[in-house]
Amino acid sequence: MLKKLVTGTIDWVDARIPMTETWNKHLAQYPTPVNFNFWYFFGSLAMLVLVNQLLTGIWLTMHYNPSAEGAFASIEYIMRDVPYGWLLRYMHSTGASAFFVVIYLHMFRGLIYGSYQKPRELIWIFGMLIFLVLMAEAFMGYLLPWGQMSFWGAQVIISLFGAIPIIGDDLTLWIRGDYVISGATLNRFFALHVVALPLALVALVFLHIVALHEVGSNNPDGIEIKQKKGSASEEAKGKFTFHKHYSGKKDIIDAIPFHPYFTVKDIMGVAGFLIFFCAVIFFLPEGGGYFLEPPNFEPANSLKTPDHIAPVWYYTPYYAILRAIPDKLIGVVFFGGSIAILFLLPWLDRCKVKSIRYRSWIHKANITQFIICFIVLGVLGALAATPVRTIIAQIASVGYFGFFIALWVYSKNEKTKPLPTRLTFK
Amino acid sequence: MSNAPVNSGRRKFLTLTTAVVGGVGAAAVAVPFVKSWSPSEKAKAAGAPVAVDVSKIQPGQLIRVEWRGKPVWIVSRTQKIIDELASLSGQLRDPDSQEPQQPEYASNINRSLKEEIFVAVGLCTHLGCSPTYLPDSFGEQVEGIESGFFCPCHGSKFDMAGRVFQNVPAPLNLVVPPHHYVSDTQILIGLDKGDA
Repeated sequence: MLKKLVTGTIDWVDARIPMTETWNKHLAQYPTPVNFNFWYFFGSLAMLVLVNQLLTGIWLTMHYNPSAEGAFASIEYIMRDVPYGWLLRYMHSTGASAFFVVIYLHMFRGLIYGSYQKPRELIWIFGMLIFLVLMAEAFMGYLLPWGQMSFWGAQVIISLFGAIPIIGDDLTLWIRGDYVISGATLNRFFALHVVALPLALVALVFLHIVALHEVGSNNPDGIEIKQKKGSASEEAKGKFTFHKHYSGKKDIIDAIPFHPYFTVKDIMGVAGFLIFFCAVIFFLPEGGGYFLEPPNFEPANSLKTPDHIAPVWYYTPYYAILRAIPDKLIGVVFFGGSIAILFLLPWLDRCKVKSIRYRSWIHKANITQFIICFIVLGVLGALAATPVRTIIAQIASVGYFGFFIALWVYSKNEKTKPLPTRLTFK
Repeated sequence: MSNAPVNSGRRKFLTLTTAVVGGVGAAAVAVPFVKSWSPSEKAKAAGAPVAVDVSKIQPGQLIRVEWRGKPVWIVSRTQKIIDELASLSGQLRDPDSQEPQQPEYASNINRSLKEEIFVAVGLCTHLGCSPTYLPDSFGEQVEGIESGFFCPCHGSKFDMAGRVFQNVPAPLNLVVPPHHYVSDTQILIGLDKGDA
């Protein structure tokens, strides 16, 4: 009786929207490479953090007051008077840093396994757009508490647009909506932070996944699991049934359905992640001054600058590049270029082999120096500039951009190892 | 449905004109959205030029007025200070005001319209602190010079024309805002002469 009611309901819905069809196509009969490893946790974790940010963010707007007069006080009100307000805020502020941790690791995965290469260029482009919107989202969110670092951080970043010749000054005036950063700026950043950018973010995540499911996931071996119809053995194809969207035109080898196998794996990733996430929320919510910076516990004061202005940790590599260049305009150009060049990665890498496992030692060395430079820049960007540090930052900046140039040069005729015909476990 | 022959030239024309007119309409709709980000009338009023009577300032005295949320200084310089300015060149970063930190009419050794009246935005070009005016005790900072501006935050030093000394964190001279004399005794800060 009950069973009949359930199947009846499902049939009723399926006749009206493709519910079961979508479930099968994208989860229960979606072919996923069997050899996914640790690095494949971070996509689903990014979605988890996005949901965390949306939920806690919506709840925070219920108590937050977006005005120059009331913003700082309303944060204190949330922290002290609103039941569990402190938890909601710390989940949101820690979530911002966690978002970048997860996204950086997710990007690193794409980098080492060549997941940006043909035919996955659009997945990479959508991913980079997500990264870009996320940086704007975090920047605008950081103004909202209206503390000293909110104010002066925004002052410094908006002033960057002033370096653009001719239109610079008018552009900064237009962005601020006032001659100084004021309530007008705060209100528009609030609107963008809570409405416009989250909408863009969710839309881009949707496109990222649509693009992913169209071509299928890459894997640590960097070889395709979709092969010519009729070419694979029954043993390679395995015992699972995949949606005809994938198996109709191609033979699928070494794959298992996403659900339940990878949903279970991802739940384990979520558990591990939450241990770290909760540890920070409950025991280190300010992240040692790197997640919430000390000057932000003072209300914004347009007449007094904090002694040391540093952006939040996830921007510091690019900020270090900006500071390393003594000319304001050229600095801004390279600052923007350090992000823009990442968009070109699928076309800068001309090698046909995707995974680092089968690529040359030059490529391994290049990725290693790139990561070292990125971390060095990240550390330097958080510190006050001194002459010695500036020189180190300049060297690291050369390494950062050098990665892309070198990649373009050697990848054309790279000496690679032979690829396996089946997925391997390491 | 009529069986009249298709006039594809006319169809193309209609498609094109519809697209163009629609595009112009869409662009026009964008205007209020883009324009609404410009400073509001209220912000403009707060950023309006400020009129200051300079006849009552004593020699050596500094007065502060607020313009666009920033402190603007008006200093009356004595003849001794004015005579001293030229001799400081060797110790300054930008003695001849090469950097565009002032309107063209203030791009002279005094960095002002009139020799004795100096107008500047009182914010350090390093990180925006407001330097302290030391009318008598600047000698403790730079030997042999009686008066100047000293920034308490990071120790930047400026002379009585707002020119930055060498070997301090601030990279540039103090900003001279647009201003002009409405009459002999009254300055309007925020507008060049002739601007509406």
